[in-house]
Amino acid sequence: MNPPPGRKASVTRINGPVVTATGLAGARMYEVVHVGELGLVGEIVRLNGDQATIQVYENTTMLKPGAPVRCTGAPLSVWLGPGLIGNIYDGIQRPLPAIKALHGSWLGRGEKIDPLDPASRWTFEPVVTAGETVSPGQTLGLVTETPLVRHKIMVPPDIPAAAVRRIAGKGLHGLTETVAILDTATGPREITLVQKWPVRVPRPIRERRPVSQPLLTGQRIIDTFFPIGKGGCAAIPGGFGTGKTITQHQLAKWSDADIIVFIGCGERGNEMTEVLREFPKILDPRSGRPLMERTILIANTSNMPVAAREASIYTGIALAEYYRDMGLDVAVFADSTSRWAEALRELAARLEEMPAEEGFPATLPTRLAQFYERGGAVTTLAGEPGSISIVGAVSPPGGDFSEPVTQHTQRFIRCFWALDTELANARHYPSIHWIRSYSDYVGAISGWWKKQNPDWTELRTEALTLLQREDRLQQIVKLIGADALPDAQQLILFIAELLKDGFLAQNAFDEKDQFCSPARQAALLQVISQVYRKSRSLIEAGVALGRIRELPALRRLIHVKTIYGNEEIAQITALSQQIQAELDGLVAERGAP
Amino acid sequence: MNASPRISIPDKGLAYVGAARIEGPLVVVERVRDAGYDEMVEITDPSGRPRLGRVLDISETRAIVQILEGTSGLSHETLRARFLGESFRLPVSRHMLGRTFDGLGRPLDGNPPPLSSDLRDVNGLPINPHAREYPREFIQTGLSAIDGMNSLVRGQKLPIFSGNGLPHDRVCAQIIRQARLLEGGEEFSIVFAAMGVKHDVAEFFIRNCEESGALSRVAAFLSLADAPSVERLLTPRLALTLAEHLAFDCGQHVLVLLTDMTNYCESLREVGTIRGEIPGRKGYPGYLYSDLASLYERAGRIEGSPGSITQMAILTMPSDDISHPVPDLTGYITEGQIVLDRDLFQRGIYPPIAGLPSLSRLMKDGIGKGYTREDHPALASQLFACYARVKRIRALADVIGEEALGPLDRQVLKFGETFEHRFLAQGETENRPIATTLDLGWEILSTLPREELHRVSAELLSQHYQTGK
Repeated sequence: MNPPPGRKASVTRINGPVVTATGLAGARMYEVVHVGELGLVGEIVRLNGDQATIQVYENTTMLKPGAPVRCTGAPLSVWLGPGLIGNIYDGIQRPLPAIKALHGSWLGRGEKIDPLDPASRWTFEPVVTAGETVSPGQTLGLVTETPLVRHKIMVPPDIPAAAVRRIAGKGLHGLTETVAILDTATGPREITLVQKWPVRVPRPIRERRPVSQPLLTGQRIIDTFFPIGKGGCAAIPGGFGTGKTITQHQLAKWSDADIIVFIGCGERGNEMTEVLREFPKILDPRSGRPLMERTILIANTSNMPVAAREASIYTGIALAEYYRDMGLDVAVFADSTSRWAEALRELAARLEEMPAEEGFPATLPTRLAQFYERGGAVTTLAGEPGSISIVGAVSPPGGDFSEPVTQHTQRFIRCFWALDTELANARHYPSIHWIRSYSDYVGAISGWWKKQNPDWTELRTEALTLLQREDRLQQIVKLIGADALPDAQQLILFIAELLKDGFLAQNAFDEKDQFCSPARQAALLQVISQVYRKSRSLIEAGVALGRIRELPALRRLIHVKTIYGNEEIAQITALSQQIQAELDGLVAERGAP
Repeated sequence: MNASPRISIPDKGLAYVGAARIEGPLVVVERVRDAGYDEMVEITDPSGRPRLGRVLDISETRAIVQILEGTSGLSHETLRARFLGESFRLPVSRHMLGRTFDGLGRPLDGNPPPLSSDLRDVNGLPINPHAREYPREFIQTGLSAIDGMNSLVRGQKLPIFSGNGLPHDRVCAQIIRQARLLEGGEEFSIVFAAMGVKHDVAEFFIRNCEESGALSRVAAFLSLADAPSVERLLTPRLALTLAEHLAFDCGQHVLVLLTDMTNYCESLREVGTIRGEIPGRKGYPGYLYSDLASLYERAGRIEGSPGSITQMAILTMPSDDISHPVPDLTGYITEGQIVLDRDLFQRGIYPPIAGLPSLSRLMKDGIGKGYTREDHPALASQLFACYARVKRIRALADVIGEEALGPLDRQVLKFGETFEHRFLAQGETENRPIATTLDLGWEILSTLPREELHRVSAELLSQHYQTGK
């Protein structure tokens, strides 16, 4: 009972981004409408008789009651096809470079530009032949989208088993050209290089799989202490200035995912610019290709319309699901989910909904759950493994983690990287707090780590225990000073310092240290562990801690991470042996008469 | 009772007589036809005095108009509302430099309004993130605490978080006097927006510009403490609209000074409360973040345009609380913050710039080799680390007494004193070049044992560490 597109309806009230219109009987929830003479893009969020409430994605200045509203008959959808990678979109998938080329540096209103250039041409290679039977999600042909991405043109999920009537041969095809005709039970369907998908609907999968592989990020505190698995969900909460964005950027740069979707949701314009300028220059350590060749950016900065900020998260995750369906590992970074929650709050207030905690709508936890549950490790419709990992930044007001967004987010994630203001103030980055953070994926991926280093679990537990003991000792130190402690306890403080400065702190701008391979992580941790074990027995044997602290090789330990890169593990081992020798020297010295 | 509106046709727009309701700064006009959201409205009382307002909410039956100049003296029956058929626009021209305007853009200096046919919507448009240029040019302010540890770059938005009674105005004035690029180049134009500050504060800034000979490069928009509070919602938008014209049309480098953002936010809360909106934290409206962002994000650089907008907003933290919604949300939008510290101030240290909570996010890209000096990043990081240690040890010394500290801890405490009195502190007219700041930093670091400086490479230490200090 959808009204025919273009049917007359008109605006009755305007309150910021929320517009009420009448004459919309038969319109559907979440249908996209065009409002006013400029055709501002909006979405129906409430229906009441022939009245509809519309959330408009653009500024409504000078919109008047009586202005026309036109239905499009379709929900808010994204275009899926080659050309997404390397692009930068606003919250409702309008391509920002194309808008700039057409209209200059400022974002005007009523822009309607296709997300992908319909005139673009791609080389299509068929992988099925005419007469073959195909099922949903099956690959019909391949397009090399970037040197890093072999883009699969798949049977759309809503087409049941079908027979291929015709398939295009290898060659250049326009984006909207038909490359295959499928005979289905309901008639023939034409397949082009581009598909559309409603952003608020998760794309179907065959089944979920347990997380078993780590998403390696090259960041020591994450990979070694609080790892995230491929298909896992993590949150990074932190007050302002604690380094959420830098941590997110680091992960987007160095994670071993096939595709990165970075959603800048209500954050700073300059941060997106930084990604845009930097990513084409940085080479992926695994493939040696520019990072931009695997990255999609969604930028709906804080001063862009708030309703589009609400949509940006869904736009991003829908794009991620499409690449996951190709059997790829996708990582989604959302910076920041708090701004998204605030957009929900702002819109709910304009809709005059009853507020729950701190003015947030009562649906906040449901909405958060819906978002995070679109992540996960899966078997795709085509039967391949694929995954979406989600890392959401959270910006708690006043850095207080007891606020609703942080609290509800914690229910739907399994990995929590708590950023700490005190660490950030001392410029200890990443400022992830080792006591308050946790990861529930340790068990699931310890199998992988044990293959790299059989002692991994033991080393990790030992280091974490040390840091915990240090944390408790610091309470005492605050009262009586460190010098009053016995050597055995002072040793713990000393080793914890080594761990913090020599292992946990990692400079995002240091060429050698910004990415740390798993092997180097294990080697660095191993050295510190050896120092600890050896020193402990020395102290038990009566050697003064002061003598150990003075050893020249130990002094170098803190800088090892920036001296020896990922290819120089042998040098780390050599240093380790030198330290051993020096420590042994202390024993000998003591043993001598 | 509702006065029945009579429609008459003035020279521009439709006029309605009578209002259904007047409450605080809001006037509800009924049966309005053909008016738009955010449209400008002129309200006149029987004496004929016009006041400006804008439409906050409009339906087929009524319009809610926010009066920017107060509603005192208005009455239901006699009020005349004229809908002007356009949103609030400011005529902009480069000749506005050297002039003083009120909070709604009318000249205060007795001269006629500047002539311009170039009218700009004061809400501006968002910059396409793809069109931004990343800010990188180091601005030397001559203050060691800023240049050395929280460097400012051209196109950055860096607010000053202060408290009542702290010398934020003096610090800010010193920055205005001293700020320049390393390789020289054009000077800044300054657009100054005062929101709810006292007359003498506005006076102070203008006199300061006059003394430094910069007055011809300053445009001031003053909505002072005795002006109607709602007016302040418009004042920063006027200033930024002019700044955008100067920067991106005329190619100038513009420094926008907004003071005091706390007053601006209070006006926003006032209007929100009267409208019966659902409040967020501390009664501030839920859209405070988006609203602040619509101001702060109007800074930066645009690809292909020579100009830039650098923003410094001053805000006073109520009871020095940095987690109060105003500083908190500001910190989430701006690219760092300069925090003034009451403790330092009371110990007589000027400028009392807090060492640890201050931060410049864009610093990393504007300093170091090719910008300031190669050793700058490591030096800054080491100073932060050492000062954090000072703070820890001070807390300990408060409990166990300084005498009970170990020799190294006492040495660190001494470093803290030197750092505060020699590095942070400087004269109000003292303009330290960046090289002096950096050398001073090394000199002070050299009072600590070399092996305690973990953040600096051995190579830099051998170049800069001064033994025997």
